[in-house]
Amino acid sequence: MTTEIKERIVGRSIKRREDPKLITGKGSYIDDIKLAGMLHVALVRSPYAHATITSIDARAALAMPGVVAVFTGADMLDINPLPCAWAAGRVKNNVNTPRALAVGTVRHVGEAVAMVLAEDRYIARDAADLVEVEYDALPVVVDAKKATEPGAPQLHENAPQNIVMEWDCGDKAKADAAFASAEVTVAEPIINQRLIPTPMETRGAITRYDEATGEFTVWMTSQAPHVMRLLLTAFVFGIPETKLRCISPNVGGGFGQKIFCYNDMAFTMWAARKLGRPVKFVEDRSENYKASTHGRDHITDAELAGTKDGRITGLRVKTYANLGGYLSTIAPGIPTTLYGRILSGVYKIPAAYCHVTGVYTNTAMVDAYRGAGRPEASYLIERMIDRYAGEIGMDPAEVRRKNFIQPEDFPYDNGLGMLPYDSGNYEPALDKALAMAGYADFRTAQAEARQNGTYLGLGISSYVEVCGVAPSAWVGLAGEGWGAGLFESANVRVHLTGKVAVTTGSLPHGQGLETTFAQVVADELGVPYDDVEIQWGDTQGTPFGYGTYGSRSLTVGGTAIKKSLDKIKEKAKKLAAHMLEANEADIVFEDGKAYVKGSPDKAKTIGEIALQASLAYSLPAGMEPFLDETSYYDPPNCTFPFGTHISIVEVDIETGRIALKRYIAVDDCGNQINPLIVQGQIHGGIVQGLAQALYERAVYDEDGQLLSGTLMDYAIPTAEMAPHIETAHTVTPSPVNPLGVKGAGEAGTIASAQCVMNAVIDALAPFGVKHMQMPATPERVWKAIHGA
Amino acid sequence: MIPSIFAYFAPTSVAEAIGLLTQYGDEAKVLAGGHSLLPAMKLRLAAPGVLIDINKIAELRGVVINGQINIGALTTWHTIEHHVGLKGVCGVLPEAVAQIGDIQVRNRGTLGGALAHADPSADATAVVLALDAQIRTHGPNGERTIAASDFFTDMLSTALEPSELITAVICHKLGAGEGAAYVKFPHPASRYAIVGAAAYVKLSDGKISTCRVAVTGAGPVPTRQGDTEQAMLGSDGSAEAVAKAAKVSGATMDILGDIHASEDYRRAMVKVYTKRALTTAIARARG
Repeated sequence: MTTEIKERIVGRSIKRREDPKLITGKGSYIDDIKLAGMLHVALVRSPYAHATITSIDARAALAMPGVVAVFTGADMLDINPLPCAWAAGRVKNNVNTPRALAVGTVRHVGEAVAMVLAEDRYIARDAADLVEVEYDALPVVVDAKKATEPGAPQLHENAPQNIVMEWDCGDKAKADAAFASAEVTVAEPIINQRLIPTPMETRGAITRYDEATGEFTVWMTSQAPHVMRLLLTAFVFGIPETKLRCISPNVGGGFGQKIFCYNDMAFTMWAARKLGRPVKFVEDRSENYKASTHGRDHITDAELAGTKDGRITGLRVKTYANLGGYLSTIAPGIPTTLYGRILSGVYKIPAAYCHVTGVYTNTAMVDAYRGAGRPEASYLIERMIDRYAGEIGMDPAEVRRKNFIQPEDFPYDNGLGMLPYDSGNYEPALDKALAMAGYADFRTAQAEARQNGTYLGLGISSYVEVCGVAPSAWVGLAGEGWGAGLFESANVRVHLTGKVAVTTGSLPHGQGLETTFAQVVADELGVPYDDVEIQWGDTQGTPFGYGTYGSRSLTVGGTAIKKSLDKIKEKAKKLAAHMLEANEADIVFEDGKAYVKGSPDKAKTIGEIALQASLAYSLPAGMEPFLDETSYYDPPNCTFPFGTHISIVEVDIETGRIALKRYIAVDDCGNQINPLIVQGQIHGGIVQGLAQALYERAVYDEDGQLLSGTLMDYAIPTAEMAPHIETAHTVTPSPVNPLGVKGAGEAGTIASAQCVMNAVIDALAPFGVKHMQMPATPERVWKAIHGA
Repeated sequence: MIPSIFAYFAPTSVAEAIGLLTQYGDEAKVLAGGHSLLPAMKLRLAAPGVLIDINKIAELRGVVINGQINIGALTTWHTIEHHVGLKGVCGVLPEAVAQIGDIQVRNRGTLGGALAHADPSADATAVVLALDAQIRTHGPNGERTIAASDFFTDMLSTALEPSELITAVICHKLGAGEGAAYVKFPHPASRYAIVGAAAYVKLSDGKISTCRVAVTGAGPVPTRQGDTEQAMLGSDGSAEAVAKAAKVSGATMDILGDIHASEDYRRAMVKVYTKRALTTAIARARG
């Protein structure tokens, strides 16, 4: 027996164990899966943004050799429309969701009208061109605010003025009073433009139906296979959950777009059952852009009130949230619970009020996209803080400092109906970022540079976000409207060889959970890291979980694992007491060994205990064999990571082009299990957010045609466009969970768009620029400078 | 992203390729690097019935520098970018080529393919105009040479006959007193030029004796800027002279606008990038 103390692995920057497989092309993504007898689907999609379907003629397509069937929406009336699982809480929602294929009317370009099934994908694609669909075009509206105006084209009978819901939070009377008596007020129209999530892998589904048992197996590009199983069985097909197995193989990024229930899951299931053959659909990039979900798309009027000396007294916000032609799975929850309730950010704002109108338009559905509501909120408040600082002539860093929620204020109730912020200490993160940026000297350098015709700008973004959204009692049906729970679960088994298998309902698709979860397990049980397997992604074989999104997998899923480990350790102690012929109360479990307090030389390792538990020839009375424990964890609160980011830009005055000179990120996500993975998440998030500030914009024309429909037109950032990112952190452990973690997957995105915009607008201050809509394209900047 | 069905040929000689082009006429498209053609086919914006892949014609590849510079039509951007000999005698070529697309594009894309396709936002088109390059072609009636200034006729249209193939591009070596530059405002998504400007100048006794400026990206056709060139002639190449000459760049040219850059903005950027290209070219000519 070895007696050396094992080195703890939690907190170490070990490389992701999933990467060698993925980066050498040995992963198994949906398009890698080929089943015997599999049919391939190509879709006929609407070229119109709004139209009545008058006829569909599939004869020519059906006559093509290799074409097996063509189905339309009318064929699938025996299944229900896809469900909306998160209606905005406590208000009436006029819900309209898509069907597997359109019936009667199409409401956005790219809506699926018919499916062609053929022996290979090429035949299916050619045949799709032969399906003749006739449409009567209807008037189109793509702008959320215009859609609510009198005379606007109407999309759904049950949604007058195209309104999905009217929702508000905060105290209107108090906010109005604050504005009425304010020394200073600032107001800006703020547009948070529509974005397309663009995961590297597009979406798809493959269904195999077993006629003998009536069971479906669906391979899907999903961040939440357990939830898909629930929605597809209980709501769409009306069959027992036990008749559907959902498998997420390797998933190539999601950014929220792969959380949702999509029509391809339903129509591949329907067709596989109808034809008795496996059915595969994988969308191409153009289809992903037209028909999978988009993000953001808010039109807002924001107002901030304060004193002349920099004390914020009120915030008033009116937002039109464009939700697209139909409601996606959790669409109404995003611009409400995850936006309105966090609008006051890191500041004590005594009177805040937010009103949100959710709106249907003739555009692709809008739902959660990395950050989901929180980037929109933090962009708004951080832009308004700078606007206010400019108005009263105060240093924007000082305005922030003066209004921060203080450490002694936690748990903090922000008055907008959010759960109390768990913990925070905002000033040290700000100070650290300012020091890294050399803030004290920057203004001098900036003034000198301007003399030489070089226009530098510095932007600050202090943010707080909500992660690990829970508990079910708050977010669920009786409260915020989410139609289910938000717990996670985990099963831990220690096999007789001492190897540990963990199954989780969480689902890594880029987050590195196999690595971080294994680090936690290795330390807790005192087993080698390589002896821990993390298994996920298959509803048959993993316990129920709500999936991976909202930076919740470590805080909620990780804690479920921790709870199972605690149970394993309890049982191991009982069994060790039996093996050592000692009292359980005297047993210590440490570094993978159980021993009688004071006698570590006579220890039983977890492996020895597991062997004894498995062979089961000598167990304490009443003990079941095997070390096998499952836990469900429903957190008592969300977690609230925070930080301050600073960017420095230079604007080319002749062209309006912006160069990002520096990007500094100080983040606090509580304890870090793997700082390398945290840093990777922060980097990716920042680049995704700064792309909103500088490059990305989904553009529909007035006819509802998507003009930014390819990667030739829609600018996602490349490595070349990413700045060098200087990272640092502070650590304020979360009191919510035993790991003390808060979540890091979305922080970068939530912090960075306004960080860059504030820098651009700071650079343009000599030209009288106070606000500019995103993205700050060279043309917009040039026009702001040259007054064109 | 699946193209329509097509027949595929891979000739191994120019003669064979021309035979196929003659046989299939308008139905056929020549495949060189494929970075413009294949995306168009996958989006079904193009659906040629016949693809003639010329990549097996070895004689079309490579750079030869003797009295002049001869670049085979199939020479990739990567080869041009990293060609040791080119840097000294015509540095603007590798300079411009290094700004095309990304590494993957430059590994496949070819000079001849880009000129034949004549994308209004391509980079090489402006450079061959500014260098007054000669474009060598081969067709059923034999070889001919077309001046770059006569080559680009309209949007995506060239002086190339339907059964002709570009075989090489010929330009002269730049010596003392000569300078050229290409500057570009790339689109953040496609990396094509929103505006690109190429300039060539020759100094004689400190005065500009030859000047050629060409603009790409801004309009339907890559265009020589005659007014700017005239304004530069005989000048000392001072910043003032350049600024004045750049002001008339694009003045008589058709300019396009789209969701990325409006017509007004592109017009303004033509002037800015013309100024920047000329400034660098003059500095290089001065040595």
